[in-house]
Amino acid sequence: MKYSYFPGCSLERNASAYHVSAMAIAEPLGMEFIEVDDWNCCGATEYISLNLTASYALIARNLAQASKETSTKQLVAPCSACYLNLKKCDAYMKESPSLEEKINTALAAGGLSYKGGTLKVRHLLDVVVNDIGYDAIAAKVTKPLKGLRVAPYYGCMIVRPKLGENGTFDNPEYPTTLDKLLKVLGATVIDFPLKAHCCGGHMTQISESTGFELIRRLIKGATDYKADLIVTLCPMCQLNLDAFQGAMNSHFNTSYHMPVLYFTQMIGLAFGMDAASLGIGTELVDARAALAKIGVEVPEAELVVKKPPKEALPMPSMPEEK
Amino acid sequence: MSKERIGVYVCHCGSNIAGTVDVAEVSRWAGEALKDRGVVVSRDYKFMCSSLGQELIQKDIQEQGLTRVVVAACSPHLHEQTFRNACKEGGLNPYLCELVSIREQCSWIHPDKAVGTEKAKAIVSGGVEKVIWDEPLEPLRVPINPVTLVVGGGIAGIQAALEVANAGYPVIMVEREPSIGGHMAQFDKTFPTLDCAACILTPRMVEVGSHPNVKLFTYAEVTNVSGYVGNFQVTIKQKARSVDTDLCTGCGICQEKCPKKVIDPVFEAGLGYRKAVYTPFPQAVPKYPVIDRENCTYFLKGTCRACEKFCPTGAIDFTQEDEYFTVDVGQIILATGWDLFDARRIPQYGYGRLANVFTSLEFERLTNAAGPTGGKVVLRDGVTVPKSVAIIHCVGSRDKNYNPYCSAICCMQSLKFAHLVHERTGAEVYNFYIDMRTPAKGYEEFYQRVLEEGTHFIRGKVAEITDAARYPGEEGKLIVQAENTLVGKQMRVPVDMVILSAALEPRHDFKEVARLFGISCSEEGWLIERHPKLDPVATMTEGIYIAGCAQGPKDIPASVAQGAAAAARVVGKIQQKEITMEPIRASINQDKCSGCRICNNMCPFNAISFIEDRMVSEVNPALCQGCGTCVAACPAGAISGTVFSDQAILAQLDGLLLNNLKAIDLTPA
Repeated sequence: MKYSYFPGCSLERNASAYHVSAMAIAEPLGMEFIEVDDWNCCGATEYISLNLTASYALIARNLAQASKETSTKQLVAPCSACYLNLKKCDAYMKESPSLEEKINTALAAGGLSYKGGTLKVRHLLDVVVNDIGYDAIAAKVTKPLKGLRVAPYYGCMIVRPKLGENGTFDNPEYPTTLDKLLKVLGATVIDFPLKAHCCGGHMTQISESTGFELIRRLIKGATDYKADLIVTLCPMCQLNLDAFQGAMNSHFNTSYHMPVLYFTQMIGLAFGMDAASLGIGTELVDARAALAKIGVEVPEAELVVKKPPKEALPMPSMPEEK
Repeated sequence: MSKERIGVYVCHCGSNIAGTVDVAEVSRWAGEALKDRGVVVSRDYKFMCSSLGQELIQKDIQEQGLTRVVVAACSPHLHEQTFRNACKEGGLNPYLCELVSIREQCSWIHPDKAVGTEKAKAIVSGGVEKVIWDEPLEPLRVPINPVTLVVGGGIAGIQAALEVANAGYPVIMVEREPSIGGHMAQFDKTFPTLDCAACILTPRMVEVGSHPNVKLFTYAEVTNVSGYVGNFQVTIKQKARSVDTDLCTGCGICQEKCPKKVIDPVFEAGLGYRKAVYTPFPQAVPKYPVIDRENCTYFLKGTCRACEKFCPTGAIDFTQEDEYFTVDVGQIILATGWDLFDARRIPQYGYGRLANVFTSLEFERLTNAAGPTGGKVVLRDGVTVPKSVAIIHCVGSRDKNYNPYCSAICCMQSLKFAHLVHERTGAEVYNFYIDMRTPAKGYEEFYQRVLEEGTHFIRGKVAEITDAARYPGEEGKLIVQAENTLVGKQMRVPVDMVILSAALEPRHDFKEVARLFGISCSEEGWLIERHPKLDPVATMTEGIYIAGCAQGPKDIPASVAQGAAAAARVVGKIQQKEITMEPIRASINQDKCSGCRICNNMCPFNAISFIEDRMVSEVNPALCQGCGTCVAACPAGAISGTVFSDQAILAQLDGLLLNNLKAIDLTPA
């Protein structure tokens, strides 16, 4: 199956492991991804609150670019924020002719246009579980994740709000597709009550203590349920739970250790792929101990010491700490 | 030029019509412009429906020799009968009177007087053209069979059956479950007086079971209905009981000896067990048990027969088969009741995942002295007494995601639960409500009583029920997260037990029931009454009545009142001995009918049948309600309706559209 693919900014940087693992499982699952040509930022979560028309035009530019692809009208985004923005923009343009007209006026400046409803915007999880299907995935599992207790974590953007005629692909309050997927992969899936709660989004930048509290709830919840790791599908969630876990721990004086991986990495592992080829090892909260339970070895990341170029000037020496 | 002498009467309806329609002008115009169509008198009057207004028409009929009458006033639903009677009194056949609506279809919907006046003229003109085609008709009369069928043996059906039976007429009651009693039999206490439900219900059940005028079919269903008011033929499927009711004494030994224990999803709401051979509860009427063949070891594996071995009268009969009976009845009362909303549809409330989240029906069984815990309020482990309980109102009601309507009983039911929890456990009780609705007699007083008992009332819709502890003190509890909208703050209340006051929903097979009996149901699935205020228990199908929750959510007093009301209607009809029916009917021209049968399935009243040997369809005039669906649908134009023949309708359209009217400018001034 062919899909237009919208990686989004985070998959190029902090969530490169998500991108790498998504690409790695594409072939065995029979998915062909065609990256949208010359795509731009989707505006993430903040921009919409500043200027609605401008932000929708920014998103719609991507839709216009993607709709040029003739071989598929399905647009896949692995990032929940990108997915929601693209889907929202498409749905609202279809719903409101006046918005569509405004946006197309803006797009016309770049020689582009887009008609709401042309593309079907999908999240990667939706494609994997509904197009590929649990049975096809089960058939490919060679190394079941037996004995690994995982907390499936969806975050808030993937199934909310209900948009368009068909609504969402899973229950907006208590989604279960990721649960089923992880069960198919052989993991022990805990019924994670916080699965659709907010990770804090960009709260860590705006109000640190609020952000930390939201992160604490999730990490504490997964720990209380004795999960070995959290599996997620959103780069924002992964960033908050992984990169800010240490800061959260020092804020609350706690010592949680809860690795956070992507569902694509879990599929890859169950398919018997090499951990490094799935970007495992790049997470900040070490998943080594958790993955050792299922016999996955993660090579030590090589410490790359860049040699300074010849022209480099010497670094100042720092005084010894007392 | 029509040879008829037509009178036109335009009603002011106070200011209802006169406010937006220049009635004097309409009347003047009709008298002049429609003169060559036969209009000889045209008048306007403040209230045509008053005695004086009616006398005006009668006087004109007699003095001016009117042969047709057009009244332009309100909807025919309201006063058609009034004006037809007036014409009859005046000596004119009542079906030569046409009531056209210039209120609902004109004055109430147009803000602009000029537009309203022009439209009223068009409507009057249409009425005049139509009335020319009207024919004098005589009402149909059919004899009525005094036997009444009551479907559903809950409290509404029981009440209806007893009222009819006590009036001296025979009743056939059909109940799907092995015993009558309905949901009320599951309850322990009833609000607001806290009477014991069984104490007030079982005497009525016994009376139904032993009444000489009542023939009771339990574990049975209606599978077919044909015929019409006064003369229905109903097929009843008696499911195989596997117990010979002539021999069975109801001793209960079979239930005692049966080795197969299964969860009872119906009477015990899934919270308790029964045997494979069972009566749902000790006071069941009739007393005879049934064998649940889907769970019986003998039917599954071919061995066991323990019940047969121990039965002292040899009443167990594994060879019984489903039986079908056809009975003739005159009228039918549907009291088919309600189903409980499946709380699993709101996953964030955790029902089905979190052990100590209960539904309202489960809790009813929990408090029932004959229930699985003998009336002890305990957690799902069967022993722990809760120290704190949250009761959530409006679960699946008043929520656009599930059911938009109010389930009417949940507030009072939740108050009753709060009282029972308090009384039996001393636990802290938290009621989460959206609005408190305690409108009936004694209800508000009960609310005050529960308030005084110290129940906490929190106004806010619950967002989530979770076992994920966030703060110290929450571990091992169910945490109810809600916004207290009176304080404007989010709150988390850790409790041991949660009770979901789930919505009342139409029976899962409401579509099937509506189709079977030829009646309609609302979007949600509640059966529709003839008029929501003035005819709440009749349906649009003559001879079929509805009572209790089948019509909409209601409590026991209201269900009983409806059951009795339906019975009163039935008895009133029986006492007339014959039924007068509107002669407005469709008829099929046998020469034109091609036998395509398109009309057969379209008829909402099942009035059209196909005559195999002649290969044509025929309308049963007693069943036909004159709706006109078949007339419009017939591709051969073979069906016509009395009073609404194609010619009459086309003439009315001509009148509406063409008759010398100024082009109406619909843009308001």
